[in-house]
Amino acid sequence: MYYRQAGTYRTGYAQDMRLMPLKEDRILLGLVLVIAFAVLPFTASDYWLSAILIPWLCMSLVAMGQNILMGYAGQLSLGAAGFMAAGAFACYNLILRVEWMPFPVAILLSGLIAAAIGIVFGLPSLRVRGLYLAVATLASQFFIVWVIDKFGWFKNYDTSGIITAQDIVIFGKAFTSPAEMYLVVLTITVLLTWAAMNMARGSAGRNWQAVRDMDVAAEVMGLSLLRTKLQAFAISSFYCGVGGALFAFTYLKSVEPAAFDINLSFRVLFMVLIGGLGTIIGSFYGAGFILLLPVFLNIFFHALFGKAVDASITSALEQVIFGVLIILFMIYEPLGLAKLWQNLQERMRRWPFKF
Amino acid sequence: MRPMFQRAASALLVTAALAAAPIAPGIALAEEQYMAVPSSRVGPYSAMGTGYYGGIIDYMTYVNKTGGVNGVQLTWAECETEYNAARTVECYQRLLTGPNGQKMVVFDTLGTPGAYAVINRMAEDEVVLAQFGYGRTDAADGRVWSWVFNAAGHYWSQIAVKMNFMAQVEGGVENMRGKKIVHLHIDSAYGREPLPAMRQIAEDWGVNLVEISIPPPGLEQKSQWLQIRRERPDWVTFWGAGSGMNATGMTEAARVGFPRDRMMYVTFGGAEEDMVPAGDAAVGTYVVANVVPGKDFPLVQQINEVVYGAGAGNLANPERVGTVYWNRGVAAAVMWVEALKNAQAIHGKDGQAVTGPEFRDGYEALDFTEEKLAELGMTGMIAPFKLSCEKHDGSGRFKIMQWNGEKFDIISDDFVAAPDEGFIRGLVEASAEKFASENGMTVRDCP
Repeated sequence: MYYRQAGTYRTGYAQDMRLMPLKEDRILLGLVLVIAFAVLPFTASDYWLSAILIPWLCMSLVAMGQNILMGYAGQLSLGAAGFMAAGAFACYNLILRVEWMPFPVAILLSGLIAAAIGIVFGLPSLRVRGLYLAVATLASQFFIVWVIDKFGWFKNYDTSGIITAQDIVIFGKAFTSPAEMYLVVLTITVLLTWAAMNMARGSAGRNWQAVRDMDVAAEVMGLSLLRTKLQAFAISSFYCGVGGALFAFTYLKSVEPAAFDINLSFRVLFMVLIGGLGTIIGSFYGAGFILLLPVFLNIFFHALFGKAVDASITSALEQVIFGVLIILFMIYEPLGLAKLWQNLQERMRRWPFKF
Repeated sequence: MRPMFQRAASALLVTAALAAAPIAPGIALAEEQYMAVPSSRVGPYSAMGTGYYGGIIDYMTYVNKTGGVNGVQLTWAECETEYNAARTVECYQRLLTGPNGQKMVVFDTLGTPGAYAVINRMAEDEVVLAQFGYGRTDAADGRVWSWVFNAAGHYWSQIAVKMNFMAQVEGGVENMRGKKIVHLHIDSAYGREPLPAMRQIAEDWGVNLVEISIPPPGLEQKSQWLQIRRERPDWVTFWGAGSGMNATGMTEAARVGFPRDRMMYVTFGGAEEDMVPAGDAAVGTYVVANVVPGKDFPLVQQINEVVYGAGAGNLANPERVGTVYWNRGVAAAVMWVEALKNAQAIHGKDGQAVTGPEFRDGYEALDFTEEKLAELGMTGMIAPFKLSCEKHDGSGRFKIMQWNGEKFDIISDDFVAAPDEGFIRGLVEASAEKFASENGMTVRDCP
C-alpha cells in the first residue's frame, strides 16, 4: 500500500499529459535528483565520483541511444562505439579548432555530427532487417574508427595517435574537479533523459514502435519508413555521440580511437538487453550492471580474500560469475532489470497482501 | 522473485560498503609503505600480467621477509585492469588511496593504452608513472614530464637498437641502403609508438620502410602476411601484444615462408609465453630484452629460496620464475624499492614512509652502477643506468636474444646501444618540447 494508483484523479489535460502521473513516482524522482545534485557532489569521494558515477552516467546515455534504436525502433545495430568515437573526436576538434567554442555548444554539435553520420549509416535499414542490418551497421563501427585512425587531422597529427581532451570550460569557469565534472555530466544526462522519455511516449516513440512491431503495417497506415527509421538512427547516434564525448572528456581524458572498439559496441548492446529493451530507465540499470558489476566483484574479491588467494584465480572467477549472472538474468528475467523494478512497484502497491 | 531480489540487493549493499571502506581515512602506521599493483591477469594479455605483476609482488614479499626498506614494510593493494584503458582509470582512482590511508606513490600500468589514459593525472595527484619499457616515449624528457619515467628504455631506443643489430648482420650501415623493412604492428598507439624514430632512421640510412597494421586483438593476420610476401622485405619488426597475436605472427610467417631469423619481436612479444605456442615456427625469432631472463642471477635465486621456499610465491606455476616477464617485474620492483631508499635518504626519513613528491625525488636519483647491480645480485640482468632531472630514460640498451625452441639464446654479449644515442635523445626532446608548447606546460629548468 506504499504505492497507490487509486485516488489519483486527473482534472485537466496538463495533468493527463504528465510524465509521471503518480505522486509517489514524482516524490521518488525528486529525492533521487536532490541526492544526485545536492548531496553526492559534496559527500561522495573522488573515487566514487570519477571512477563510478561519471562513467556510469556517460554509458547510460550511450545505452539510451542504443535503446532508442534497438528497443523502440527495432533496428538491430552494432555501431554504438563508432558513434561514440565520432562524438568524442568531433568534440575534441571543435574545441581545438574553434577558439570561442563553449563546451555545451561543442557537445551539442558533436552530437549532431554523430547524428549526421548515423543517418548515412542508417540508410541500409531501409533495405535490410534484423541480423543483416546488424552486419550492415558493423560497417559504421569499423569505418568511423578507421577514418579517425587513418587521417592524422582528426588527432591533430599526434605521433602516437592519442588525443588529450581539453579541460571543460563553461562561461570562463573550468570544470576540472571530479565533483564539477560530475555535475556537468549529470546535468546533460538529466536533460537528455527527460527528452528521451518524452520522445518515447510521444508521437515519435509511437512511430518507432509501430515500425518495430510491423513495418509493413506501419507503412500502410501512412508512416514514412524512411523518415521514421532515419529519425531513430539520428537520435540514437546523437545520444551515442554525446555520451562518447562526455566519456572521453570527463572520464578517460586522453583518448585513442582503439578505445572505441567492437567490444565496446557489444557491451552497449548487452547493457540494453540486460537493462530492458524499450525502457529508458533500463539503460541506467543495464549500464550499471555491465560497467560496474565487474568493478564491484573485483573490489569484493580483493576485500574478501585479500592476499590469501591467488589474484589470477579471483580475476578469472570474477569473469565467470559475471557471465553466469548474465545468463541467469536472461533466463529468469528476459525483460531486463527494468522489469524487476516494475515488479517491485507492483509488490509495493499490493503490500501487505500477496495478490 | 522477491528473495532473489532481496539477496541481490543485500549483496550489492555489502559490496558498496566494502568499496567505500578503503576510502575512509585511516591512520597510517609509520613503518608501512603502501604500493599499488594494477595487475592484468585475465584476457589476451594475461601471460604478461601474471608474470610481470607476479615478479613485482614476489620482490616486495622478498623485501618484507628480509627486513623491509630500512625497516619499512611494504603493503599493497591489487586491482584488475584487464589491460583496458577504461578499467585502468578506474583502478588508478581506486588504488590512489590505500587501505591504510596512505596515498600511492607509483603507478605502473604495464601497457601503453593504460599509461596514456592516466599520464595527465600524475602531476596533479603527485604520483610517479613508472613506465617500464613501454608508454609515452617523450616522457623520457624530465624537463616536461617531471612525474613520468622510462627507466627501462623506451620504444624509440628499442627500434634504434634493432636497426643497429640488422645493420650488424647485414655488414654495416652502408649495406642497409635499399633494404626493405616491414614494421608489422598492432593498430594502436602502442604499435605506432616507434614509428617517428624508425621513419627518421630509415630515411637517413636509405632503408625502404613499409608500415603494415593489424587490427586488435591481432589474431587474424593472413592478409597482412600475404602482403608481406608480395613486398619481399629483408626484415620484419613485429610489434604485437598478447601471446595469441605474437604466436600467430610466427606461424603465419612460417606459412608464407618468411625466415624467422629475419624477424625481430618487440619486448612485449619477446617472452617464453609468446614463443612456446608457436612451436617449431618460433625457432630462430629474434627478440630484444631490457631485462635478461634466467634463473642464475643471485637475486633470482634468493627470491626463489626466501619466497618460494616458504610457499609465499605469487606465481601459480613456480616454474615461471626466471622467465622474461617475471624477471622484468622483479627489476621494476627493484627500482621502486631503490627509489624508496633514495627518498628516505634524501629527505631524512630513514625507516619512515615517504610521500609522492619524496618518492619522485628518490626515483629521479636512481643510479644503477655496476657495483650497485653486483650488490643487488643483478649483474648482467639490466644495463647500468643513471637518471637525472632531465634524463628520465634508462640506459636505452638491450640484449639481443634468439629463440632456440626451448629457451632464449643470448646473441649479444653486451647490452647493445642505439647507433647514435644523441640522435634519439634529440627526437625525444623535440617531441616533448612540441607537446609542452601545444599544451601550455612549463618546461622545468634542470640544474
